[in-house]
Amino acid sequence: MHEQPSLEAAGRNEAPALRVMSGNEAIARGAWEAGVKVAAAYPGTPSTEILENIATYPAEDVEAQWATNEKVSVDVAIGASFAGARALAAMKHVGLNVAADAFMSQTYIGAHGGLVLVVCDDPGIHSSQNAQDTRLLCRLANAPVLEPADAQEALDFTRLAFDLSERFDTPVVVRGTTLLSHTRSQVRVGARKARETLGFSEDREKNVMTPTNARKRHPLLLEREAKLRAYFEEADITRWEQGSADFGVITVGTAYSYVREVAPTASILKLAGSYPLPEETIGRFCRSVGRVLVVEELEPVVETEIRAMGIAVAGKDCISRIGELSPDVVRDGLARAGFIAPAAKPEPLPGTEVVRPPVLCAGCSHVSTYMALRALDVRVAGDIGCYTLAATPPLLAIDTVVSMGSSIANAVGMAKAGTERPVVATIGDSTFLHAGIPALIDAVYNQADITVLLLDNHVTAMTGGQDHPGTGRTLRGADTHRVDYAELARACGVEWVETVDSYDLGALHRTVREAVQFKGVALVISDRPCVLDPVKIKGPAFTVLAADCTACQACLNIGCPSITWGDERYDGHYKAQIDDGCIGCTLCAQICPTGAIQLAQS
Amino acid sequence: MSDRPTNVLIVGVGGQGVILVSKVLTEVCQARGLAVKQSEVHGMAKRGGAVFSHVRFGREIWSPTIAQGEADVLLALEWAEGLRWLGHLSRAGTLIADTRRIVPLAACLDRSWGAQPAYPRRSPEDLLAGIANGFAIDATGIAMDLGNARVANTVVLGALSAVLGQPAEDWQPVLARNVPPKTVEVNHAAFARGRAWIESRPEPRPAASPPARQPVGATAPMNGVRLVITESWCKGCDICVKMCPERCLALNGAQVVELSDAGACTGCRVCEWLCPDFAITVDRGGQEPRA
Ligand SMILES: Cc1ncc(C[n+]2csc(CCOP(=O)(O)OP(=O)(O)O)c2C)c(N)n1
Ligand code: SF4
Ligand code: SF4
Repeated sequence: MHEQPSLEAAGRNEAPALRVMSGNEAIARGAWEAGVKVAAAYPGTPSTEILENIATYPAEDVEAQWATNEKVSVDVAIGASFAGARALAAMKHVGLNVAADAFMSQTYIGAHGGLVLVVCDDPGIHSSQNAQDTRLLCRLANAPVLEPADAQEALDFTRLAFDLSERFDTPVVVRGTTLLSHTRSQVRVGARKARETLGFSEDREKNVMTPTNARKRHPLLLEREAKLRAYFEEADITRWEQGSADFGVITVGTAYSYVREVAPTASILKLAGSYPLPEETIGRFCRSVGRVLVVEELEPVVETEIRAMGIAVAGKDCISRIGELSPDVVRDGLARAGFIAPAAKPEPLPGTEVVRPPVLCAGCSHVSTYMALRALDVRVAGDIGCYTLAATPPLLAIDTVVSMGSSIANAVGMAKAGTERPVVATIGDSTFLHAGIPALIDAVYNQADITVLLLDNHVTAMTGGQDHPGTGRTLRGADTHRVDYAELARACGVEWVETVDSYDLGALHRTVREAVQFKGVALVISDRPCVLDPVKIKGPAFTVLAADCTACQACLNIGCPSITWGDERYDGHYKAQIDDGCIGCTLCAQICPTGAIQLAQS
Repeated sequence: MSDRPTNVLIVGVGGQGVILVSKVLTEVCQARGLAVKQSEVHGMAKRGGAVFSHVRFGREIWSPTIAQGEADVLLALEWAEGLRWLGHLSRAGTLIADTRRIVPLAACLDRSWGAQPAYPRRSPEDLLAGIANGFAIDATGIAMDLGNARVANTVVLGALSAVLGQPAEDWQPVLARNVPPKTVEVNHAAFARGRAWIESRPEPRPAASPPARQPVGATAPMNGVRLVITESWCKGCDICVKMCPERCLALNGAQVVELSDAGACTGCRVCEWLCPDFAITVDRGGQEPRA
């Protein structure tokens, strides 16, 4: 019934147009060309712009929406697939952990309307809590995974993934990395293939995962694996590039571009993805060359499978399992494998390291909360968001950070284990909605004595200012219901709830102290919009009157990036100065012991 | 043109417009019919961290990133960021660096007596001496001269266009498309100034040194500091404990102040000045700064 999925299948008959696109833009384009009808995501670097780009296509074509978390996004996509539409969920690598429960069962159910999960890894840990390799989860789920090497393939593979999903009755994962998402290059785009809906999938034996049905689906999973394997043997996306007969490189994803860069004469077998592998083709390739090196980023996924086939290959013994690949890393790896001569490069020019860690913005509404907590000498279970930076100097106000939504239940555990200090959980608004609510209910249910500080800055700031159910706006900018956190907490059984202005340090301090003294679960909502998103906030700036500054540097302990050392010193220390980044939050003026910080005269 | 790709590495600090510069360059290359790849890491850019963008163009481009020592041009919108990436510049390459210094808060965290900012002290003269083609340009100064410090990145872009030897007409329409409509004029002016700066080949070793901070005191850490606490005068009001910037004071069991974290005390004297009962004196053991 389905046409043979191939790169030539859709759109190419239209006049090809070359456009410069990032990998994320190309993925969005590929999904739109494939006729995606429903797309959902929870933001997460480097995947965030995929949904933002899908939302730039007409609303008649595609429903694009932010989900409260990744599991919800995948479940929404699954529902759309049941209903016969093509559907996509996009997330960062750790998002798939949150969605893993649905994902692992859906691979038993399969796909009615094409079902594609785009998962973006962060091998260099530029903006994540770990560097897990998504391909291992795909292997665990028996879900085929496509790994584009560049923006063109990002578009082509995404479009193809929908065809494969329907043809082989399976969710398909498109796995990217930071460099795929954020590299812009020329892309040939095609036209949208409008699709009739397939209608609802009327098949309870397939769609209801009871043990009886799951047992029947399990062998089908393995049959599907064999069919997919045969497909990858034949498909034009498994690419054999004949070169030197001495050595060959098997590679996949963005690693391919580095191999082409540093070993232009090598024989290359470029795989379309790491599961299932075209074993027969791999065997033939390995026999055709003297020796083989597997070049892949992060874990030895392909390498291990090839070794299990009884073929000796080099791999992670030559190229690190840690970090992003680069031309330098791949060149060194090929040299270590004895494939090329070690690079004869002149000594690099001597650089100088600079410490420039990310910091909270000038006027960030999170800062005061952590100053209050420092003064109270409490244990702080932190969470993930901009405010995680309060764990770094100079604030040093967070003791632990694990994963999205962990803070509240971590605090419950700390309190139950008994600590010498009161226990506080701090959690952002988006993170609270993502995974904090079940933990809050748990804390009340188990009568934990903790304080929860909800840092409500009215936006998902860390990932660039996305809306969420607490902002009252949808991805496409329409007004919608806005969650009332205080009401929600009371409904969960929290008896002590107060909202306080984050910029009022005194009130915040008093409120948090009372909350900590309260026996049971207390919730303080620290309320002030993010100064960066959705609108840049800028009030009258402050300045340091140098004559009054005693260089105590109390204001420098706020961690406001606009306050640094000036040129004058007093008593062996530099006096503070405020640069033009000040947005006038007044915090430094509130704590300066000598009143040296005043509104700048305009 | 040769088969070898041209590599341009653009670096700076979040908010400076690194991405705009690389976007314009990428689109100019695309318009000239070249293959081009531009990759950037900007995950934490909004948070004031370092930002960098690799642009590679030529007949055929594979790797999206530039190998060490292979950048033909290193374009730095901030002085220290240029120093950080120097190892990526080819020995025959060209450095264009704004002499603007953005000293991060993290460089101002040392509370010891006489501490200096943790920011590289290398001067342009010293740096350019070791580089084949180096330009230290006061782009921020030029931009301020034009009335908008934010177009410093466009000044540097103009300089880049001249170094790459490409006609200005290729760049102007792309630039205009990529900046807010209200700022097109000032951006064009900034571009022209940057271009002219290179074309007029100013002194290769410019005198425009960024203001270097002169150490004015001894740099010995504050160790001889002693807090003299007159216990009978302390009424346990907690003012000093709460106001100490380093949080090194605490009330003991008798509700009298004590120095709980001697290592953290910087001798700043805030407690001495704030104590309403004159119960604390900071004794520096005769140590006083020279200036
Ligand atoms: C499972 C998972 N999904 C997504 C992310 C990416 N991410 C990190 S912080 C964050 C949002 C934080 O928003 P919020 O809690 O409102 O704090 P803010 O950044 O606004 O201070 C997101 C989506 C992640 N780290 N882990
Ligand atoms: S983006 Fe918003 S929440 Fe994040 S540091 Fe800046 S002000 Fe704070
Ligand atoms: S008022 Fe002070 S703390 Fe607030 S943004 Fe300005 S300098 Fe920073």
